[in-house]
Amino acid sequence: MIKYLKPSVFILSLFPFLIITYKIFFNKLGPEPVKEITHFTGEWTLIFICLTLSMSPLKTFTKLSLWINIRRMLGLFVFFYATLHLLTYVGLDYRFDWQPIFDDVVKKKYVFIGFAAWLLLIPLAITSSRKMVMLLKNNWKKLHRLIYVIAIFGSLHYIWLSKTIFFKPLIYFIIIILLLAFRIKIKNKNINYG
Amino acid sequence: MKKIKYSEITPENIYKNRRNFIKKFGLAAGSVFLGQNLNSPAKAAPKNEDLKLTEYRYVTTYNNYYEFGTGKSDPAERSEKFKTTPWDVVIDGEVENPLKLSIDEITNMFPSEERIYKLRCVEGWSMVIPWLGFPLNKILKKVSPTSKAKFVKFTSILDPEQMIGQRFPILDWPYKEGLRIDEAMHDLTIMVTGLYGKKLPNQNGSPFRLIVPWKYGFKSSKAIVNIKLVEKMPTSSWMKASPNEYGFYSNVNPRVDHPRWSQATERVIGESIISPRIPTTMFNGYGDQVANLYTGMDLKKYF
Repeated sequence: MIKYLKPSVFILSLFPFLIITYKIFFNKLGPEPVKEITHFTGEWTLIFICLTLSMSPLKTFTKLSLWINIRRMLGLFVFFYATLHLLTYVGLDYRFDWQPIFDDVVKKKYVFIGFAAWLLLIPLAITSSRKMVMLLKNNWKKLHRLIYVIAIFGSLHYIWLSKTIFFKPLIYFIIIILLLAFRIKIKNKNINYG
Repeated sequence: MKKIKYSEITPENIYKNRRNFIKKFGLAAGSVFLGQNLNSPAKAAPKNEDLKLTEYRYVTTYNNYYEFGTGKSDPAERSEKFKTTPWDVVIDGEVENPLKLSIDEITNMFPSEERIYKLRCVEGWSMVIPWLGFPLNKILKKVSPTSKAKFVKFTSILDPEQMIGQRFPILDWPYKEGLRIDEAMHDLTIMVTGLYGKKLPNQNGSPFRLIVPWKYGFKSSKAIVNIKLVEKMPTSSWMKASPNEYGFYSNVNPRVDHPRWSQATERVIGESIISPRIPTTMFNGYGDQVANLYTGMDLKKYF
């Protein structure tokens, strides 16, 4: 069972990518195709952030450690979809026209924070191999806590780009806050019980 | 003294584009629809590339109409059963003779003509839509505004039973918008009852909506039940929601960015994945007709 877990999760995680590829080639993106790809890849980035953050709570609830086995891979999919999202914006939407892109990053807080989140993902992606985990030891855990910051940035990015917080930006924000709050609770427990 | 045209003070490349656009546009706008034949398709198809009509299916499935939800497809999916009859519109406030008109009375009193307008959304996309309607000034003249009438306030319907979005505090319901009296009296400002030669679909603001083509789309209220002439500048729902983002005027202006989005370019709805953004034009391309309304005004301050 466990043997097939990782490959199955890998294939499942590729599904959104296959769907958007299909939509592009069969012209099923609707009235605003570029925005559709941007939103699609952006939303899947947030979903994978939430999935990645759910693994350690799931471990606690189910008392199964297999969740941790797939956590790094899910984290890499965060980077994968975030990079597709960024490439869509830079390449498809702005045609690598750096001037307006640079203006956006400096002037628009949602672009700034989104870009910052992507930059923060890079060290995590680089250090995601088993070798790196061994090599960095305790520092690996510390470094990878950056995902908490990235999650908040991602959620703020969505809230700030939307005309109103209702409803999806709010829903993702609440989910991420709950997932992060769960971790604070655990910490307190540890303190209480030594 | 020679009167300087607005277009003469804009950069030439933009000016030429727009000039071309408006030339074709004016022709299309002037083609009066004789008798509102609700079943036949629009006859005045534009020949110009710039004015390529947005496909009917996109015009009617890609809508911002938060009364029915914040998703673009929500209005089309959720407004099918929305009741548009009976429908009364009250025109009152600072007027000599206030009126209460049913939607049938309105269509009988004011013959519809076709106007092909470009619609520019504040989110950075645009469509070209053949509306059926008539100038708002025809209604306003009927009620004779008093000298106190400086602004016009538009109020849309409040009906949370039928409009799911109104059950949540997304905006200050009912939707409110406003125009200065001279903007409202301008011949380009129209009240709309149809599009593409047909009755206005519910998701597009049936039965009675406003269209102000040189302003961002949200200024053009849908499902209007009250037109009130007032002395003080009305506060629109969007101004109330976020005063530093949405101003009263909200004229299309590529040089004044929305705090969150650049307004320099726009995407044309219905174009393929490889089509580039196009530059946004001042007053959405209607500068020659409307720029004189804002002479001497700092449009950065009065955004």
